[in-house]
Amino acid sequence: MEKSQVILKATGVRKSYRMGATRVEVLRGVDLAVREGEFVAIIGASGSGKSTLLHILGGLDGPDKGVVEFDGRDLNRVGARELNRYRNETVGFVFQFYHLLDELNVLENIILPAMVSRTVVGWILTRRAAKERATELLGQLGLKERVRHKPYQLSGGERQRAAIGRALMNQPRLLLADEPTGNLDSMTGNGILTVFEQLNRAGQTIVMVTHDERIAARAQRVITLEDGKIRA
Amino acid sequence: MYKLTLIIRYLLKRRITHFAVLAVALCVFIVVVVMTIMTGLVEDFKQKNHRFVGDCVVGTDSLVGFPYYEEFMGILKETNSVQAVSPAVKSYGLFSLRGDQVRRGVEIIGIDPALHAQTTNFAQTLHYRAGRPEKAFQPTYDPNALGCVLGIDLALNRSVQGQYLYDDQPIQVAITLTCFPLTAKGAPAKVGAGLVESQHFYYSDHAHSGIAHVDGATVYIPLDQAQKLCMAGTLKRVNAIHVKFGPDVGLSQGRAQVVALWQQFKQTKADAPDSFLLDGVLVQDWKEYRRAYIAPMEKEQVLLSFMFILVGITTVFIVFVVFYMIISHKRKDIGVLKSVGTSNVSILGLFSGFAFVIGFLGSAVGALTAWLFLSKINGIESLLFEWFGFQLWDRSIYAIGDIPNHLEFHVLATIMGCAIAACLLGALFPACSAARLRPVETLHTGPV
Repeated sequence: MEKSQVILKATGVRKSYRMGATRVEVLRGVDLAVREGEFVAIIGASGSGKSTLLHILGGLDGPDKGVVEFDGRDLNRVGARELNRYRNETVGFVFQFYHLLDELNVLENIILPAMVSRTVVGWILTRRAAKERATELLGQLGLKERVRHKPYQLSGGERQRAAIGRALMNQPRLLLADEPTGNLDSMTGNGILTVFEQLNRAGQTIVMVTHDERIAARAQRVITLEDGKIRA
Repeated sequence: MYKLTLIIRYLLKRRITHFAVLAVALCVFIVVVVMTIMTGLVEDFKQKNHRFVGDCVVGTDSLVGFPYYEEFMGILKETNSVQAVSPAVKSYGLFSLRGDQVRRGVEIIGIDPALHAQTTNFAQTLHYRAGRPEKAFQPTYDPNALGCVLGIDLALNRSVQGQYLYDDQPIQVAITLTCFPLTAKGAPAKVGAGLVESQHFYYSDHAHSGIAHVDGATVYIPLDQAQKLCMAGTLKRVNAIHVKFGPDVGLSQGRAQVVALWQQFKQTKADAPDSFLLDGVLVQDWKEYRRAYIAPMEKEQVLLSFMFILVGITTVFIVFVVFYMIISHKRKDIGVLKSVGTSNVSILGLFSGFAFVIGFLGSAVGALTAWLFLSKINGIESLLFEWFGFQLWDRSIYAIGDIPNHLEFHVLATIMGCAIAACLLGALFPACSAARLRPVETLHTGPV
């Protein structure tokens, strides 16, 4: 099988945080490459820097040192506007605690990334297409009956599926998942992983962070993060 | 687009925003109602004073007065900008019902009623002679008797509702006015002859100017009688010449013209007898002339404006607290929004827009309720009086008819604009801190 191209590349990424009087070095020179269509799991103990690495890869945070490139573009060197567009169009985030907006219903939560990138006029012109896309995602994720429900009316698994729908709304090239099953029972978590596998089979690139080896085993490739470094 | 959706949802779903809207509405309501009533009272008082004295007064504070007024009136009458002039003697004396031992101090104003009616609103203040001011000093029951016009509160009693009970014609009452006539030098003219001059008059009409101190302690008598009562000497004197300008003449322009004419006139009289009395004469527009009465009310208005600034600061603080609370509860939302590509500026716009909507809604609700309240305020007051005997302003004390409730659109728009600005100001700091919030600080936590 011909190897696909590397879309995401991290080189020598370092990150530290100040905790009180001391500075804690979370990432100590991480090198990582993700190919298009790959399903990569990053595994590591709690506090090993998995989430920090994921945030840096998704442009939510910047490294102290090192380079993160997407399609050859250094994320550190792009402007704020382009970084916002990167988060809106190129990357989709799935969080452990779903982080759906309580005031919006399921459909509105899923549609949110499409709304963010458009003006009122732009939204009026593209609203129909966005709703069709969201409805299609709701069908794929088994949430068709939950369109008008508020997050508090959903089960944990349904909330996470709605969050996956939101992450996929703008058809991102990279899906970043931070402990997506961490807050779910094993059966529901298994369902979420099945969704990830289906998405990956359809060509979606996924980078998932987890502390659970059994969950990581569902990915094509497992990378272990230990003491802020990728274990060889 | 997401901003509009979220603003509407935050507004509908977050109860705390309802309190913010209510707080803004209350502040706007208070400011609009108090401002309208206070401004109405001040404006009403100013207009009453304007109508009472005419546009401009050439006069002196001295009770001695000044001579050569007829010559200067002749000059004024020839001036295009002057429409009418009226001389007046103003002094103080004692008033008593004939045969009564009780005397009270009053201001005596001697006028030519026909001229005074052309210069001021004297005719409109009369009751029996409103259409014939030239006959103001002719009692209807005896046109040959020497009449006087009393301030309405000297003549009639007022009911608690502020209404006067009029008869078909004035009751036949004689009054005695006693005064100390002064020479041109300011000395009592009747030294060795009892000091005072007295004259009997018959009540011919009453004047209702709407100015409490005028209506309560003023007696109008014919000019020549006032000169006899209050002044002594070979040259006739007055204390003031009231001037009314033409309809197209501005107040400052007209006043400047009269000042120039008075300076010229004074020079021509430099060597005339008693010309020193002209030095104390001032040309003042009605605002300057009535400054002693108007200024305290204007000061009250300034004080009130200062208090409204405090109300505004309170609004800013309330909105600040509300937004601080909302943003504290919405840190996760801000993180999510940033994770889907929302910029810092957009987050700032979201919460500023939210503040604008709260300000707009609050001020609209406040303005609407204030408008409704003001439009019914006199009815409400009447009902309160009927049911509980409570009156906001005792009409027997305050010279007002209805409570002023005319709402000026530009005032309303300004207050609403200020309320919205206060909301934006109150939300500024929390909105800025929301915009600066790092998403990683909020997203890697469990649900709150």
